[in-house]
Amino acid sequence: MTQHSDDSNRAAPIPIRVEIENLTKYYGKTLVLDSVNLQVREHEVICLIGASGSGKSTILRCITRLVPYDHGVIRLDGMNTDGASFGRNGLAKRIGIVFQAFNLFPHINVIDNITLAPCKVHGVQRKDAEAHAEELLALFGMSEFARSYPEQLSGGQQQRVAIVRALATNPEVLLLDEVTAALDPELIGGVLRIIRDLRERGMTMIIVTHEMSFARDVADRVCFLDSGHILEQDKPQKLFSRPEHPRTAQFLQRIIEAGRL
Amino acid sequence: MSQDQPAAGRAAHVSGQPERAGPAPPARQTLSFRERYVPFIVSFLSVAIVFALIARVVTAAEHWPRIQLQFFNLDAMVEAFPAVLRGFLRNMRVWFVSLFAIAIWALILAMARSLSGPLFAPLKVLAILYIDLLRGVPSLLLVLLFGFGVPALQLRGLPSSNVFWGSVALVMGYSAYAAEVYRSGMEAVHDGQRAAAKALGLSQIQTLRYAIVPQAVRNVLPALLNLAVALQKDVALLSVIGVRDAVREAQIYTARTFNYSSLIAAASLFLLATVPMARLTDYVARKDQERRLQRTV
Ligand SMILES: Nc1ncnc2c1ncn2[C@@H]1O[C@H](COP(=O)(O)OP(=O)(O)O)[C@@H](O)[C@H]1O
Ligand SMILES: [Mg+2]
Repeated sequence: MTQHSDDSNRAAPIPIRVEIENLTKYYGKTLVLDSVNLQVREHEVICLIGASGSGKSTILRCITRLVPYDHGVIRLDGMNTDGASFGRNGLAKRIGIVFQAFNLFPHINVIDNITLAPCKVHGVQRKDAEAHAEELLALFGMSEFARSYPEQLSGGQQQRVAIVRALATNPEVLLLDEVTAALDPELIGGVLRIIRDLRERGMTMIIVTHEMSFARDVADRVCFLDSGHILEQDKPQKLFSRPEHPRTAQFLQRIIEAGRL
Repeated sequence: MSQDQPAAGRAAHVSGQPERAGPAPPARQTLSFRERYVPFIVSFLSVAIVFALIARVVTAAEHWPRIQLQFFNLDAMVEAFPAVLRGFLRNMRVWFVSLFAIAIWALILAMARSLSGPLFAPLKVLAILYIDLLRGVPSLLLVLLFGFGVPALQLRGLPSSNVFWGSVALVMGYSAYAAEVYRSGMEAVHDGQRAAAKALGLSQIQTLRYAIVPQAVRNVLPALLNLAVALQKDVALLSVIGVRDAVREAQIYTARTFNYSSLIAAASLFLLATVPMARLTDYVARKDQERRLQRTV
């Protein structure tokens, strides 16, 4: 995998992985995403921040096509994800998503959770899929969990398995939706470590998070979402210290008061 | 009364400890012989006494000898028993085979009903219609319709045995119920499971097959077992279409001898099968409850 490159080098020549153009989505009559524009370059790590209900999860769900949207285009490597360019399976293979609630399948063990999609969806031989899963588990120091069932693991361990499951098809982009929000404080570190590790390995990621210090650390760019709008986006140092928009400042102020920055 | 005793005993044991907010945990190991067995002996005795009194009152009644002769005649029971038992085994065979047919057919119905999207719309509508119609018709009517109706058509290539068509009727009716049970189990599976499956690229059917249904079946096992107990009795409906099951055989004996003891014999056989099944259902339900509690801790 490619090494994570310096900020100064990531200007024009780095290709755009994910491109969101005028993404608009209604839930019923409620406008949830209002002409969202976002470009994510290869190896780039984007953190999406914003108040609860501002539409962060919905953006991720639109990218993976878990929910339909009303207007706009989402491209992956320049190809529209809406048409038949990828098919269902192709998109699922190239984009991994991890949820706040882990959503591991409780009735099958860790290895089976990880190999389910490769085997049943992408036609990988069971033996190869297992070998790859074991390799990934080893990479993140989780080999011992291979035969455990989700309920035998702590929340942090489950979430790490969920990340490995999302990586099992070697996706180009990883979407993380508040993956530490359901965890006890002492379990958060292990999960964040994996994400940092993935960043070092050059994984392109869109991360929804309330962990502002983590965002400041790991993000190449932070986007502040407000009522379905990306109100501003900038390098973390800039956005966290000198936000342009009063609403961003207000949001950050509230986060600071809650002791999360 | 007997229930208070062990509690009082425990209270004495923990009295040295500081006060707790909740009830003290039962200190089982420290119970003495008296604390352990006296409540049991007391409840056993009280039950025995009550039943003895009832038996005394009943058998002392003026009509008891006649009742005993008509319903509890041991000679008549012994005489009718071989035929009734043969019929009963036929009942249980029908029950057993139907169980499997219902478990599978109902699952297919429930899956068809849960599919979404225009492609699956016809399947879904058919499943809904089927479930609504067959749940709304008495089992007895279905048995009559299939058991008498279909053989009367004399269709070539189809079996004409009334056992077969009677069983089909039961399977069709019970599947409608079981499908709804499955469906409730599928709906109880958390939405995140569907989202995860879809994000991994699983198709709707794969999502059901690999993610939802295994969890749903585990959720509804107690409810399905309850249906199995109900069916265990409803197999007797086949007697109305001339299947020589336990009830039919007992009736034949009754018609010949004007003695109802054969019916009691049949009832006893059914009880022999249904009571353990009901206990098993309770046991599974309790295990299921424990599993759920564990998960939330
Ligand atoms: N399935 C849904 N049906 C209707 N409204 C929804 C649904 N999911 C989310 N919403 C609404 O869309 C808005 C954005 O939700 P979401 O993307 O989950 O926000 P965030 O992840 O930023 O907290 C919220 O107002 C929420 O109530
Ligand atoms: Mg969210």
